[in-house]
Amino acid sequence: MKSAVSLEAIIAPFVGRTGGLISALRAVQDEHGFLPDETDAAAAKAFNLSRAEVKGVISFYHDFHRQPKGDVVVRVCAAEACQAAGGRQFIADLEKKYALKLGETSASKDVTLEPVYCLGLCSTGPAAMVGGKLVGMADANKIEKAIARAKKAGAA
Amino acid sequence: MSALKLFLPLDSTAVAMGADDLADALMSEAAKRKLDLRLVRTGSRGMHWLEPLLEVERDGKRVGYGPVGEADAASLLDAITGNGEHEKSVGAVEEIAFFKSQTRLIFARCGVTDPLSLADYEKHGGLKGLDKALSVNAPAICEEIMQSGLRGRGGAGFPAGIKWKTVAGAQADQKYIVVNADEGDSGTFADRMIMEGDPFTLIEGMIIAGIAVGATKGYIYLRSEYPVAHSVLNAAIANARNAGLLGENVRGSGKAFDIEVFLGAGAYICGEETSLLNSLEGKRGEVRAKPPLPALEGLFGKPTLVHNVITLCSVPAIMAKGAKFYRDFGMGKSTGTMPFQLAGNIKQGGLYETAFGVTLGQLVNEIGGGCFTEKPVRAVQIGGPLGAYLPPSLFNLPMDYETMLANGAGVGHGGIVVFDESVNLLEQARYAFEFCVEESCGKCTPCRIGSVRGVEVIDRIAARKDHEKNLAVLSDLCELMVDGSLCAMGGMTPIPVQSAVKHFPQDFGIKQKQEALS
Repeated sequence: MKSAVSLEAIIAPFVGRTGGLISALRAVQDEHGFLPDETDAAAAKAFNLSRAEVKGVISFYHDFHRQPKGDVVVRVCAAEACQAAGGRQFIADLEKKYALKLGETSASKDVTLEPVYCLGLCSTGPAAMVGGKLVGMADANKIEKAIARAKKAGAA
Repeated sequence: MSALKLFLPLDSTAVAMGADDLADALMSEAAKRKLDLRLVRTGSRGMHWLEPLLEVERDGKRVGYGPVGEADAASLLDAITGNGEHEKSVGAVEEIAFFKSQTRLIFARCGVTDPLSLADYEKHGGLKGLDKALSVNAPAICEEIMQSGLRGRGGAGFPAGIKWKTVAGAQADQKYIVVNADEGDSGTFADRMIMEGDPFTLIEGMIIAGIAVGATKGYIYLRSEYPVAHSVLNAAIANARNAGLLGENVRGSGKAFDIEVFLGAGAYICGEETSLLNSLEGKRGEVRAKPPLPALEGLFGKPTLVHNVITLCSVPAIMAKGAKFYRDFGMGKSTGTMPFQLAGNIKQGGLYETAFGVTLGQLVNEIGGGCFTEKPVRAVQIGGPLGAYLPPSLFNLPMDYETMLANGAGVGHGGIVVFDESVNLLEQARYAFEFCVEESCGKCTPCRIGSVRGVEVIDRIAARKDHEKNLAVLSDLCELMVDGSLCAMGGMTPIPVQSAVKHFPQDFGIKQKQEALS
């Protein structure tokens, strides 16, 4: 996904704002789907930082990624409350069903499976977020349906 | 004919269980019937096993139906426009034992009102605390908070009044209120629920704090995993600004205060206050050494009052009803109420606000109803990934800061995760280290390296390799992490590990003394 908007134009509104670099990086990622390599130099120039400093921020936060993800991202809670509600088995089922480990994207680039540490749905676990939609008391079937729905929404 | 008014939560838990789909189904079913339906999206009542819980007012009482889904839309409208009977009826919502037995000071409006309606907020007792605060001087507000005995609800339990007085006493051209809404502990969702269900409580608490300490700018540092809370907060802040509650002239008092929401980028460590401040400055969320305290040198080096969401949400009720009223709840030095969060393998999971002093057993068995798998409870973890694992033999312990501390545990943020007998505590101890590997900011060695070594040692113990020696190494490693880490991440990761070893030695292949002797 190549955006028509330049990196500079996306980043500029955040200069001078509190925590502006992080918000700018989020905006770039929202636009492009990931952080292109050119982001570092553009952000460094805009915020008067070194590229190393920008790289340091990007690598620190889980939300930022440098490669495109699959069309539908399935974030599965891997934390304790969901473990207590059968989360370990749920994750194993998903990994088997999609032949992916947590953190991997399918070869066809349609699905990314990744861990998340708590969605705040700890009383209705196991929990997941599929293409931005929350799923409680999740199992492999519910996820399959949610993926189909997310694909349909994405195509529309 | 007047519109039919129904109440359905917009809360993430309700949404995850299908509330949005139900809302769509209800609206299209109503359109089919030419029924004028007004659906008010509220917060959640906290009875999560009933979500989605649809409510309607009948004879002056709110009655509910739950858990219901989109397939129930037609039959629900039949029932509600008819005699009210439905197989999913739960009767009067506030008469349900789980709800009725609570003391809701913080969550009084959550699930009742429209979270974005300031009129609704005021009608249900909102803004009384702020008006009281505006009628007295700043030191009097700080003193009221001091006298209430309110302590930080994020986990550390530090007296709020002392923090307020410190920030108030600092001289600076700019001071800040920073809300820690980076609720990353598994098993906790109280912050999320109040931000989604009654955001004005947080806004009111922040304004009161700002006036008390002399800060004109507030930030809510919100984790990115909470999209619903994000949109509700932003909408509520906009409404508050339009109503003159925020801005240059708060409620016509001549005092200025404004709020901005800042979205984190996925880092558990940013729940630690100094790491959070670095992140809010747009940097890597590495922890800072203390001192200087954030109260004196916080955001951009300015005096900053950093509080957890629930701490600030306790403030309006304290100001409205007085320190003495608040102090009379609770026990010992743990005054007031705490929203306990029942999570994991539990039949009646959700949020239960009550005074400190309730026992663990009451919360887990009586209120929560034990495990949904119908198996015996084997362990609970209190207060998130850095909290202790406790066995049912300690269920008689009252939940208060001092008692928990004396038993090697902590109240933390009030989250209780319940496990049934299938849990293996060695696996949970390993996970505690794995989580630390994943989330350590990397600034100090005991945390960054110690967590990696911890996983390895646990694996050797699991394989019974030099068993005795590795148990000793584990103990040494934990001691080092406690003593040598810069913040609670490394310093408290040993708590779940050591409590697991202490209370569940058999999972680590440690024969209990009696067995060894016989």
